[in-house]
Amino acid sequence: MTSHLLLRLALRSAAVGYVLILIFLPLSALAHQSFAAGWDRFIQDLSAPQAAAALWLTVETAAIATAINALFGTLSALVLVRYEFPGRWLLNALVDLPFAIPTLVAGLMIAAIYGPTSLLGTWLQQGGMAVLYNQPGIILAMVFVTMPFTIRSLQPVLMGLERDQEEAAFTLGASPWITFCKVTVPSILPGLLTGVFLTFVRALGEFGSIVIVAGNIPMKTQVASVYVYGEIESYNPQAATSVSVLILLISFLVLLLLERLTRRPGERLPRWFQWTRQQDGRRAESAVPTAVV
Amino acid sequence: MKIEVRGLTKKFGSGTAVGNVSFVVHEGELLGLLGPSGSGKTTVLRLIAGLEVPTAGDIFIDGKRVNDLTVQERNIGFVFQHYALFKHLTVFDNIAFGLNIKKWNRRDIEQRVTELLALMSLEGLGGRYPHQLSGGQRQRVAIARALAPRPSVLLMDEPFGAVDAKVRQELREWLIRLHTDLNVTSLFVTHDQEEAMEVSGRIIVFSKGKLEQAGSPADVYEEPATEFVARFIGSMNIVAGVARRGQVQVGSLEFPAPGFPDGQTLQVGFRPYYVKVAEDPARYRQQAKLRHIYFLGVAYRLEIETPDGLILRSRMNKEEFRRCRFTVGQAVSFAVTHFRILPQEGTDGTISSETGKPITGPLTP
Repeated sequence: MTSHLLLRLALRSAAVGYVLILIFLPLSALAHQSFAAGWDRFIQDLSAPQAAAALWLTVETAAIATAINALFGTLSALVLVRYEFPGRWLLNALVDLPFAIPTLVAGLMIAAIYGPTSLLGTWLQQGGMAVLYNQPGIILAMVFVTMPFTIRSLQPVLMGLERDQEEAAFTLGASPWITFCKVTVPSILPGLLTGVFLTFVRALGEFGSIVIVAGNIPMKTQVASVYVYGEIESYNPQAATSVSVLILLISFLVLLLLERLTRRPGERLPRWFQWTRQQDGRRAESAVPTAVV
Repeated sequence: MKIEVRGLTKKFGSGTAVGNVSFVVHEGELLGLLGPSGSGKTTVLRLIAGLEVPTAGDIFIDGKRVNDLTVQERNIGFVFQHYALFKHLTVFDNIAFGLNIKKWNRRDIEQRVTELLALMSLEGLGGRYPHQLSGGQRQRVAIARALAPRPSVLLMDEPFGAVDAKVRQELREWLIRLHTDLNVTSLFVTHDQEEAMEVSGRIIVFSKGKLEQAGSPADVYEEPATEFVARFIGSMNIVAGVARRGQVQVGSLEFPAPGFPDGQTLQVGFRPYYVKVAEDPARYRQQAKLRHIYFLGVAYRLEIETPDGLILRSRMNKEEFRRCRFTVGQAVSFAVTHFRILPQEGTDGTISSETGKPITGPLTP
């Protein structure tokens, strides 16, 4: 009995300690360093034109990349789960590739396709739609690196989704599109939100592929992570940590929001509300009406 | 509205789920499709609903061929085996779903849903989510949701399959009353012969994608058209013998079988209550040993073994049982008073005697 309790205590402490050492300690060290020079300095660091532009660009491109992956990731997951076609297994394996390769390599791949040496790159350049060393390149890199998140978080949810709910909607006159919006999406929403939010925070922090494709022109194509790197390289760790802390803060808030949103609907109700409903339920407990008119 | 299917066939890959099935569901009828799992009955239901596309054959609802109509256009109500309620919507919104799709105005929707909640005795539960309901309540929400847009026909797939035995019994009685009140043409699928007998006005028995028999519960029970139906519905003794000079001999039992050619193997079936058993060995002509006595609540079942090793079941009411004072292992006499010669499973349900009529009749002991 006591040994059992001790074991549980040990396990719990190990888990908490693990998180503390790996995540919390480095985080607080960074925050400490950032605020060591005072709050004013922190604000000053962030409002430097180059820093503010980099932060804004990062949030903007990450949001666009997230929207793209939310849409196409959902469609891809649907196709991968629901349709049988030759080569499906191969496509399914390819999905994880962005996780498996160094992001620098991802950047090189994009540069190879859209760069000035390739046919496509030259053609797009001439058409006034330069991808490389431009914002579309940043978005493309983010989309590539974060692609697996939406697909992988939706696949198990879609597999577990009973088709009969969708069929029930059909029998009630709902078109496939209405059914998708009103039945499928709400059912897979927790998985979709997880995928979308992870995509967003991962895109915020992307460095390796962007540093190659973006061109890193300050005020124009320099994202926050590249800015941080540049400040470290030019012996200005203070500005680097301030921007890093803000990025961390945004990511943390997004993840907290995700935690909050993916609770079951019943759980979110205030206590008093649940109580009145239970009272109501007890009254109507009998499984079957005794009189039907 | 009347439903009619003609020559309905559905193949999945190389297998045939439904093979050339034709039947009619009359207006206002409550008809049960009965069969073991995998017999194709659910596929028939889904074909009528438009959730599956037939390989061949036609479906008519209210005299109109609906093959080319989508499931959305057929105006049917469908109740799924596991309810298929929308988990993210309240009971009210579940029932209102079809009405919202059909763009009813808000006041009409409110009125219709309130009416259905009352009809289903679900008052006060409109604000709940499906996971906060009992199995029986979910079932009724599913029926209310299907009925809300006033469908022309109601199709139910194993409507009581997922609730426990006691609730199931209550739901059956409730469904019969509901059907009597609403009089909507209804078709339901079940594998439970007792449920089919109790709830339906008429039963269609399926086996391996084929229609075995259609008829009233009494018809199907008393006059099974095939060996399959005989075995599937109720309890029946089935023995096999070879026809010889207009008779089938099974051990010491003889059954008249006029018109069958010598040498043909025939299945003979008789219900347990047509096997009369007496403790007096001289009472009936046949001799047997009493092997088991089962108490069934309303009656007793006796299991007897003939000297040829044939094991037969007999059913006896309590009064008669008490008069007889049986003990397991004693010698008894018995007689079979009614029997039927059953066609083989897989044939089209007719008996291949010369007269073409089913052979059935009382036997004098």
